[in-house]
Amino acid sequence: MRILAVESSAVTASAAILTDDIMTAEYTINYKKTHSQTLLPMIAEIFKMTDTKPDDIDVIAVSVGPGSFTGLRIGVATGKGMALALGKKMAAVPTLDAMAYNLYGTDKLICSVMDARRQHLYNNIYYFDEENSLHKLRQQSLSSYEELTAELNELGKEVIFIGDGVSAAGRFFEEKLTCRYEFAPAHITTQRAASVAFLAKKQAERGELVDAAAVKPDYLRPSQAERELAEKQEAETDA
Amino acid sequence: MEKQEDVLILAIESSCDETAAAVVKNGRVVLSNIINSQIDIHTLYGGVVPEIASRKHIENINPVIELALKDAGVTLDDITAVAVTYGPGLVGALLVGVAEAKAIAFAKNKPLVGVHHIEGHICANYIEHPDLEPPFAALVVSGGHTHLVMVNDYGEYEIVGRTRDDAAGEAFDKVARAVGLGYPGGPKIDRLAKEGNPHAVEFPRAHVEDSPYDFSFSGIKSAVLNYINQCEMKKEQLNKTDLVASFQNAVVDALVSRAMMLVRERNIDKLAIAGGVASNSALRSAIQSACEQNGIKYYSPSPGLCTDNAAMIGSAGYYEYIKGVRHGYDLNAVPNLKLGERV
Ligand SMILES: Nc1ncnc2c1ncn2[C@@H]1O[C@H](COP(=O)(O)OP(=O)(O)OP(=O)(O)O)[C@@H](O)[C@H]1O
Ligand SMILES: [Mg+2]
Repeated sequence: MRILAVESSAVTASAAILTDDIMTAEYTINYKKTHSQTLLPMIAEIFKMTDTKPDDIDVIAVSVGPGSFTGLRIGVATGKGMALALGKKMAAVPTLDAMAYNLYGTDKLICSVMDARRQHLYNNIYYFDEENSLHKLRQQSLSSYEELTAELNELGKEVIFIGDGVSAAGRFFEEKLTCRYEFAPAHITTQRAASVAFLAKKQAERGELVDAAAVKPDYLRPSQAERELAEKQEAETDA
Repeated sequence: MEKQEDVLILAIESSCDETAAAVVKNGRVVLSNIINSQIDIHTLYGGVVPEIASRKHIENINPVIELALKDAGVTLDDITAVAVTYGPGLVGALLVGVAEAKAIAFAKNKPLVGVHHIEGHICANYIEHPDLEPPFAALVVSGGHTHLVMVNDYGEYEIVGRTRDDAAGEAFDKVARAVGLGYPGGPKIDRLAKEGNPHAVEFPRAHVEDSPYDFSFSGIKSAVLNYINQCEMKKEQLNKTDLVASFQNAVVDALVSRAMMLVRERNIDKLAIAGGVASNSALRSAIQSACEQNGIKYYSPSPGLCTDNAAMIGSAGYYEYIKGVRHGYDLNAVPNLKLGERV
């Protein structure tokens, strides 16, 4: 089975090809150029370098979020277009789960954090069991710095943070966390398509692949207009 | 001579609140034309909300493209090239169509052609008028643009006049909101105005100093708003029907007079109209009779091809394709792309 995985949920653009158990290629750029300009040329490049033809791909995996709304859509539309053209199934991989996989096998808690602006983080908390299966402690969520810090203090276990939420909230954590913690180093803290591909393989094995038409980003945050409309309607029903 | 192969373009359009795909043969024959409109959702907000439009595009785009292929009775293997709107429009909305089109072109190894949305509106005229060929004059009146254009050749556009402020469609929408007709205002004003007296109120026909071909609609719009205020202050009953008929008449007059000036001064014998406002019945009949009086051949797309659709992108994409225009996998959305500009 050959999986093409794409990841564009934040600043990082990444593409990978996983062939059975071999990571045939991975190309990651963490630079401010827009994903619209980088992502497909990167995919084309790894295909060329590895003599892969689009028809060789069995599954197209995308990191579906949360993350930058536009970034997610570029990756998801790229995946959906390829899946439509090739008549292949897709794997919709939660971004935070894929990030946690960068820390495969650790005995500490893993907290994936993505900067969601306004002092908030998209986040989830994970651990690997004795068989090295990944588990989440709860559903992924959009939390304020305070909320997440309080939750981790409550848990009281040693935690490794992963993701760009650290550059946003690192100072806050340093001041307010009472549990032992560490920030993951640069080579594992960014989103990687290789991790997305690996989780996609697990989904394929469990029979969880989906039709391309049904795949959409998981934003975790309604648009501003929807939020404002909901607030207005709430105010009206309260009155 | 060997028979030329048919060129089939798969066209994708997502610049605003319509997710659309079409298959067009040789630039003129529409094999399918699928439009998924989000208008009901945006009506809740009184106008198009960019983020919501983008979210809907990504949900709808695959079924829309699949239906376009199915309706045309073709597969992607039969397609010659993929054309996509890459500007102007809402950047987040454009990016969905652009990313999708690029991925399809890459996966099937087909040429990719980026298309200018407004050039698409103009090319909508080619679909139902096999005899229309450049050079001709075109009046583009849409939600975001009001241009008087010379189409000198396929894919060669010269902007002769433009609006200095509001676009014609924008003026329709704002006036409709002010009189409480709601969004989208253009079609509602069109319908209501049929019952009204277009000369009940004489609104100013703005001229732009030193630029005889340019338009200005904010003056007309302000005059309408002032008129409404005065009625309220005088506690007079507002005759909405006459008001919108008079407003529409002022806009139509401004549009028709500039267009006729262009064809006269440049000695052009063909005039086409394009864009959402080109479906306005008063504008259509006024232009038609002005053209008849002046011996000019008049062209307009049927109303369904005036508003956003992908068939028009397929037509424009065909002429770009045969001229050799090709875009790379790094094609980006260009929200402010200028008419005639090539990026
Ligand atoms: N019958 C009509 N009379 C007047 N205006 C109309 C009519 N039908 C549609 N419109 C107006 O046309 C506009 C929509 O046209 P169109 O879809 O071409 O615009 P757009 O795609 O939003 O903008 P643009 O093409 O400039 O990017 C709206 O402003 C709408 O009110
Ligand atoms: Mg339009």
